[in-house]
Amino acid sequence: MPMALFWFLAAVSLISALGVVLQRNPVHCLLALIVTLLTIAVLFIGEDAIVVGFLQAIVYGGAIMVLFLFVIWLLNLGAEVGPTGHLALKFFGTIAVAAMAAELMGFVLPPHLQVKFAGHAAGYGSIDSLAQKLFSEYLVAFEVTSLLLLIAVVGAVALARRASASELAERAAAIAAQRAR
Amino acid sequence: MPPLTYLMALSAAIFAIGVLGFLTRRNILVMFMSVELMLNAVNLAFISLGSRLGTMDGQVIVFFVMTVAAAEAAVGLAIIISVFRGRETVHADDLTMLRW
Amino acid sequence: MVTTVANLESSALALILLFPALGVLFNLFFGARLGRRAVNIVGPGVMFLAFAAATWAFVRVLALPRGDALTFTLWPWIEAGRFHVDFALRVDALSGVMIMIVTGIGAFIHLYSVGYMAHDDDFARFFTYMNLFALSMLILVLANNLLMMFVGWEGVGLCSYLLIGFWYTNPQYAYNGRKAFIFNRIGDAGFILGMLTIVAALARGGVWTLDFTTIEAHAGLITTGAATAACLLLFLGATGKSAQIPLYVWLPDAMVGPTPVSALIHAATMVTAGVYMVARLNFLFVLAPDAMAVVATVGALTAFFAGTIAIVQPDIKKVLAYSTISQLGYMFLGVGSGAFAAGIFHVMTHAFFKGLLFLCAGSVIHALGGEQDMTKMGALRKHLPITFWTMLIATLAIAAVPGFSGYFSKDLILEGAYESGHVWLWALGVLTAGITGFYMFRLIFMTFFGESRVAPDRLHHLHEPPPSMTIPLVVLAIASIAGGWVGLTKGLLWGDAFARFLAPVVGNFKPAVEASALGLSAVATTAGMLGILLAYICYIRMPELPAIIARRAKSLYELLMEKYYIDEFYNLIVTRPLFFVATVILNRGIDRFAIDGAVNGAGVTVQAGAQLARRSETGNVQHYAFVYVLGVIGVVAYFLYLVKH
Repeated sequence: MPMALFWFLAAVSLISALGVVLQRNPVHCLLALIVTLLTIAVLFIGEDAIVVGFLQAIVYGGAIMVLFLFVIWLLNLGAEVGPTGHLALKFFGTIAVAAMAAELMGFVLPPHLQVKFAGHAAGYGSIDSLAQKLFSEYLVAFEVTSLLLLIAVVGAVALARRASASELAERAAAIAAQRAR
Repeated sequence: MPPLTYLMALSAAIFAIGVLGFLTRRNILVMFMSVELMLNAVNLAFISLGSRLGTMDGQVIVFFVMTVAAAEAAVGLAIIISVFRGRETVHADDLTMLRW
Repeated sequence: MVTTVANLESSALALILLFPALGVLFNLFFGARLGRRAVNIVGPGVMFLAFAAATWAFVRVLALPRGDALTFTLWPWIEAGRFHVDFALRVDALSGVMIMIVTGIGAFIHLYSVGYMAHDDDFARFFTYMNLFALSMLILVLANNLLMMFVGWEGVGLCSYLLIGFWYTNPQYAYNGRKAFIFNRIGDAGFILGMLTIVAALARGGVWTLDFTTIEAHAGLITTGAATAACLLLFLGATGKSAQIPLYVWLPDAMVGPTPVSALIHAATMVTAGVYMVARLNFLFVLAPDAMAVVATVGALTAFFAGTIAIVQPDIKKVLAYSTISQLGYMFLGVGSGAFAAGIFHVMTHAFFKGLLFLCAGSVIHALGGEQDMTKMGALRKHLPITFWTMLIATLAIAAVPGFSGYFSKDLILEGAYESGHVWLWALGVLTAGITGFYMFRLIFMTFFGESRVAPDRLHHLHEPPPSMTIPLVVLAIASIAGGWVGLTKGLLWGDAFARFLAPVVGNFKPAVEASALGLSAVATTAGMLGILLAYICYIRMPELPAIIARRAKSLYELLMEKYYIDEFYNLIVTRPLFFVATVILNRGIDRFAIDGAVNGAGVTVQAGAQLARRSETGNVQHYAFVYVLGVIGVVAYFLYLVKH
């Protein structure tokens, strides 16, 4: 990938990431996130990870973000108004994150991360080679992950179902108790 | 090809931004999005390292990360919905029932 | 060297202990049920049987060659490595004399008690305790080792407590019982330490024992220092048991017990246990001349000290109590001067006349319906003739009038004191002899002579006690006269046969200073006579004189009346500080403040710490994430460090 493209993509992803974090309206945050995801997908493709790159775009951008969007619509969330409190956390959190970022940069920037890159083999990043790895070395992980997905589905359904009348009454009482505290 | 260092630096930066968002925002959904940001930054790191080292392992791991992230998103959002049903709020300060 | 004879015959020695033991069991379990008559037969009966067994043993010992003894092992007791102690009995000349005294006088006092306690409903308990006392005392004198002697020693202390506080419903009596026991215990601590010192001293030479014969055989292994320490500690035990300075204060208060108890325990037998112990361990004491000097000095001082208190006491039993302390002082003066036989001789004669004095006092008290104050007596000799004549005989004996038993024994002691070089102690003893004569005849004159000061309502009760009480009086009176003739001054008839008899066990007395026995005797006797004369003047001729003297020397009189305020002194320096330490320092300070504080404080601290720590559980996941980030910083720093180096 030409360096110019890389710089462009890097800039876009950083700005949209900041956008995720700094926007007031959750829908705007979501949109910024989608942009970030897509730029990262392009970066994947630039690294010859074709399959994963497309998967990123489709699964992440197509499915997960849509899911997020649905939830935002369902909860009818609007923009956050006014200061949202807990200044101490924001202040110290920012400092801690800055320190962590500086440390990480200190870790990755120095030349010790130089690796001899001789180009990719043919078929690198193709679905062939991915499947090869997946179904031989990482077979157990593959199976377990499928089980995990099953559990997630069941869990999501169980969590999100409508509560019965008695449960609703219980929850109303709990809210009152919480508000009283 | 961009040097590995630059890719890793980008990944670190996005990761840091994700952490910042998680610590700073009070809206649960935006916190969740920050988590997704972090996951993606890590994915980028895995892919670039795997690419430079000439191995497919990085891509396989990203594959799994994506799957798990999807499952996690599904369950997490379900939780948020049920919490919202009960509390009618998604503000972090109102969701501190597990305190002392 | 002493050889011992142990055979089937000597198993009969166990009978001496068996009879009182059976008495205890019978009176304890069946006494109340079977009634007064049964107890009145068994109680004194077992004592007479024990007396018979003791007489048999004594006669056997007399028949044996000089220095031999009868021994019998009841059972092996302690086996700890090389340390070996048996429950074994030994009858030699010394313990033979003692068992005769204990069982003989004990039997007659038990007989006396039948009459004395005739109106008391608790007769079974009384005779149980009395038999138990006899058993313990016999264990003490028959023991062939120090540890078994200590068992008997403690046993008599226990019985003393039980019998002093016999009428326990009176809190003062119970208190006096406790006082006796506690002062005894203080002495016992010294006794135990003394025993352990002996064991240690011998163990250094490889010998592990507490047997008397074995200790005597290896006495060379004990250094003078160790011997002095052991003797002083053992003597501390003796001051507790035999009521010497500083642990005598329990004896006057012990008079609240029934009079037979005072006679048996606090006159004739228990209090002499200390003297017996010193005589028994004569081979140890002679290794420590300093300790012997202490013994003699304490004895003489106590004799004088107690005598001075006795001259002002109005209570008849208190006079006798202080007299006992004084006479015990004489005994210790004797053994401390090296005249062990003389000390034991005085034990014997004292048992006779002091026992008799107490029994007569009991008879008087009994006749007067409980009156003990001599200022409310007088002119009783017409009403109580037997009591009067026997008490007079006893008083003549204690005042050391020539011919009576006390004369011979006291003379030998004073002779021993002078001839061992303790001239000042001898002088003190002579002075005390005069005081003794004075207060004893004061007692006789106030009680039996002069004008009757008896309260009218007690007059009609006045009669001589029943035979069960008067027979012992007569028997002891005879003994008070005849008992002294076994130890005459040398040159006179058979001389000191008693000392010759005991010599194989206690050694011979070696005088350091030669003196005329008759001369010393004359001085002592004159002192005694002067005392009697003074009493005659004060209480017969010029009855107003004591009151005038008391008024003139008021502070001295009060000092003597209040027993030199010793009890108050002990209270101040011992009891009050102990209470202070216990309540303030130990209870409030250490127990509540320190220990409870530490324990509760640990709990409180943990709680407080937890209260603080729980604040970190905010429930806010962003807080947790923040801490997580800090951790990440740390981990990455570690990896950075690894990479850089």
